[in-house]
Order: sequence, then C-alpha cells, then structure tokens
Amino acid sequence: MQTAASKQAVTSARRFELRLSPKMAPYVFIAPAVILFGIFMVYPIIYSFVLSLQAQVDGNTVWVGIDNYAQLLDDDKFKQALGNTFWLLVGQVPLMLILGLLLAVTLNSKWLRLRGALRSIYFLPAITALAAVSVIFRILFQENDGFVNYGLGLIGAGPVKWSTNGFWNTILLMLAISWRWTGYNMVIYLSGLQSIPGDLYEAAAVDGANPITQFFRITLPFMRPILIFTTIFSTIGTLQIFDESYLLTRGGPNDATLTVGLYLYRTAFRQADFNYASTVAYGLVVIIALLSILQFRFARTEEI
Amino acid sequence: MVENLSRPAYASTSTSTSTRQPRVGKMAGRVLLYVALAVGAIISLFPFYFAFIAATHRSDEVLASPPNLLPGGELFKNIGRLGDVKFGDAMWNSAWIATFYTAAALVVCSMAGYAFAKYKFMFRDTIFFIFLASLMLPSIVTYVPLFKMISSWTWPTTWLGSWWAVILPTIASPFGIFLMRQAMSQFPDELLDAGRIDGAGEFGTFWRIVLPVMKPSLAALAILMFMSQWNNFFWPLVSQVHTIPVAIGEFNGASIIDYGGIMTATSLSVLPLLVVFLFFQRQFISGAMAGAVKG
Repeated sequence: MQTAASKQAVTSARRFELRLSPKMAPYVFIAPAVILFGIFMVYPIIYSFVLSLQAQVDGNTVWVGIDNYAQLLDDDKFKQALGNTFWLLVGQVPLMLILGLLLAVTLNSKWLRLRGALRSIYFLPAITALAAVSVIFRILFQENDGFVNYGLGLIGAGPVKWSTNGFWNTILLMLAISWRWTGYNMVIYLSGLQSIPGDLYEAAAVDGANPITQFFRITLPFMRPILIFTTIFSTIGTLQIFDESYLLTRGGPNDATLTVGLYLYRTAFRQADFNYASTVAYGLVVIIALLSILQFRFARTEEI
Repeated sequence: MVENLSRPAYASTSTSTSTRQPRVGKMAGRVLLYVALAVGAIISLFPFYFAFIAATHRSDEVLASPPNLLPGGELFKNIGRLGDVKFGDAMWNSAWIATFYTAAALVVCSMAGYAFAKYKFMFRDTIFFIFLASLMLPSIVTYVPLFKMISSWTWPTTWLGSWWAVILPTIASPFGIFLMRQAMSQFPDELLDAGRIDGAGEFGTFWRIVLPVMKPSLAALAILMFMSQWNNFFWPLVSQVHTIPVAIGEFNGASIIDYGGIMTATSLSVLPLLVVFLFFQRQFISGAMAGAVKG
C-alpha cells in the first residue's frame, strides 16, 4: 500500500514537472507579474485615458472628445501648479544633484577618514517617510518660535516668513526635498565613481593634470550615463510631488506651492471630478514624455 | 605657485619654502573640508534628533524660545494620546501590509526576473520593454482609475479600506523585476543545466538552486520594498487604509496641532527603519545603488 502511494506521489510529481516543461516554464514564471501588472497598471492607464475623454452631465457619462484637454490648456490653476513645479525643476533639482555629486567625489577620496560613517549619515534622510519629513520640517520652520527662525534671530536675521510668503514657502519645500534626497543621489553617484578605473587618475596625475582637470576630463565623462539617469528620475519625481505639498506647505499661501500632484488629488478626491483629474494626469504624462525626450536628446548631442 | 600646485610634489624643483606652502594650503583645505562635512552631517542628523527630543515634550514646549534641545518627561503622556488617532491600529496595519507586500513582491519579481534572464520565449523583449517603460510614467496616472476599480470591488471583501487595496497594486514592481533580472543574468547556465539533469525540474532549479545564491540581491530588494511600502502615503490615504503616514497626516490636519504627539508618532514611524538601517546598511545602500546600474 505504502509503496503504491509513494509511487503515485512520484508519478504525480513527475506529471507536474512534465507540465512545467522548459518551454512552458517561462510563461508560468512571468504569469503572476504579467497578470498583476495588467490589472493594476496597464488597464488603469488605458482606463484613465478613456476617463479623460468623458464628462459627467446630470449624472450621466457622456463622451466629450478633447474638451477636457481644451479646458486644461485654459486652466490657470493647472498652469500655476506647473509653474511652481518648474521652479523646483530649475532651482532644486540641479542644486541637489550637484551637491550630491560633490559629496560623492569627496567621500570617494582615499585619504578621507570616517568615509563609511559619513556615507551612512548622509544617506540616512532617504529612509524617512516623506510624511515624517514634512511634519518635522513644518515644526522646525514655524514662523513664530520655530527652531530655524530662532537660530536666524541669534545672528540678527529673520524672522523669515516660511509659510505666509510664497517665495520662502517655495524655498522651504526645496530645502525639505533636498534634505531627503541629496544623500540618496550621492550614493548612486558613489557607485558610479567606484566603477571608474583608478589607473586613469594615476596616468592623468603623471601627465600633470590637477584634480579639477581630472574631475572634468575623467569623472564627468564617465559619470554621464548616471548623471542622465538621476536627472530624468529626479525630474519625474519632482513633477509628481504630493506628500510634501499636502503635508508640509498645504499648497502654500495663494497656492504658491501647489503641485500638479496636489491639484490632481483635490480635483479627484475633494471635488470628485474623476474625468478632469484623469485629464490632469495625462497632461502630466505628455509633459514628462517631452522632458524625457529633451533630456535624452541633450545627452546625445553632447556625446558627439 | 600656480604651476607648482598643478605639478606632482616630486616634480617640484623650487626651494623649501615654496614646497611647504602648498602642503600647508592642502592641510588647511582638508581641515575646511572636514568642517564642511561635519556641518553637513549635523544637518543630516539634526531633524531626527529634534523629532526624538520633541516626542518627550508637551506641545507648547516643542515651540519654546529658546528651543528645548534636551529630553523632557512627557514621552509616556504623548504616547498615551496617540490613541486619539488610532495609532496602534496604524502600526499594526503598516507592519503587516509592508511585510506581506515585501514577501509577495519578492516571489513575483524574482520569478519574473528569472524568466526574463534565463529563458527565451515569445514577446520576451516586448514584455520586458513594457515593464521598463512604465517606470517613466508618473504613478499618479493610475490612482484615479485604481480608486474607481477598488471602490467597486466587493469580492472577497470590500476592497476600499482593506489591506488588499494597498498590497496588490504594486506587487509586480517593474523596478524589482528589473533588479532581479540583472542579478539572475549573472548566474552560470551550466549550473542550471546540472540542476535539470539531476531532475530538479524547472521550478525546483529556480527555487532550490538559483534563489539561495540570490540572497544578497533579495535582501537589498526586500529592504527597498519594505521601506517604500512603510513610507507610502498617497495611495493608503486615497484607498482609506489607516497606516502610520496616514495617521501622521491626520495629526497634521487637526485644527489645533498636538506637536508633542505628532513628533512622537513621527519618531515611532522613523525608529523601526532606523534600527534596521543600523544593522543592514550595506543592503540599504546597495538597493539604492542598484537603481543606477545600467541595463
């Protein structure tokens, strides 16, 4: 009896293996990922586009073609949100990336002590929730009695209107984002720096190239792919900023720090206008696509 | 002088004073660099310190002038008030959601990564390209339709407000699949064939021969996944699941903000990751670095 049972187990196991032939195996392996991705990514992306072509009229769904998009081009709030994001893109992203690169180059120096500890300390902000960063910065940068304004008062400056002045509100948002992400980018750059062969620098030093020349002639060209990568992903990330705008500045005075992400949230989940919110989302897709193409183009023409 | 700086030290033929001067300059430069790095380190660490200290103070003491930078005695009272935003529930939800999510994502992503790395099949490159291309799409594009889908689903449970709503949508992470494919493509094909000849079968070869070798990559991905889910705010907020970031947001939205309480909640959200980070720094950092390795 026992042997028969075990034989049966063996054959059924074989049968399973037979079914999972080398030809079938890859389809079985990717099936869960493809199914989940199809339901929760591909379908919503298509559905979102469909929603953007519709509107609600007296409780009925009607097709309106590109009317929503026409409205979007005329939408001052959307333009304002885009403009706010634009300032983050030209002000915050380059500063953060340059600072991250400088830190990486410095922490890559052989003579520097405590390199490991410093690397960990600078990376640490990247593990915190954006929600946590937002509320901590909100309290540190309180206009009355906040720590930062107190410190500025000691050196005779301020108090800075971090939350009631649009400009300083934007600066506050930039500071919080930079604090959270500079170390993260530094670590990415460090991995790139470590892949540059060391003898290149030795050869350059023998030829009399000083560290600054070495940086521009060896480091930067080698780092180009990683620099492009971080620029594109920082751009995509910045265009989607939500948590900081929602929790730290709450859109700011007169929507000075309203982001596209927050505008979409308000449209969809406060005003329950899913159709127009989808239009806003697709507007963002178009902008990200254009910017990415531009950045790739820029990167390629520089190469020649 | 300028020439001297650009020349290596041994090439210098000038007098002793001019060789010493650049050395002094170099020393001064290094000291300055250390000072700058120390200031940067303080800026990196101070917000953590401030949050932990504020967690031990009464709300009005948090914004005192001059600021309180030493621990106070209100920590337990602050923790007691966390019940007002159901913080216990939030921690329970966050912990389980992040754990289940990480486990499921590791299985799904490593299986798919293995198929993309080690098999040839129809539309392989097309499917992989679609996965990768989605990394360029802003994730907020999917939130509105996802919300509409999830709020209409009632089987096997009401999805809105349930763990399912937060866990399932991002399990098939394109980034995770990409990472695992990169790691798996390093695995020698001869070992796979050996496994097949020994009768391990396709799945057995993957599960018992390949996966154990992938532990470092799996650990890095696990930490990345856990962290992203633990810190996730937008989607749990929208799908009405009460996680720690959502609870912090609720605190933050109150008309009279309880600063001591909100900093206690924030500290409790940061602390677990901080402890894990101290033990697994290498995995954290290699997870972040892996993102930059080009395909």
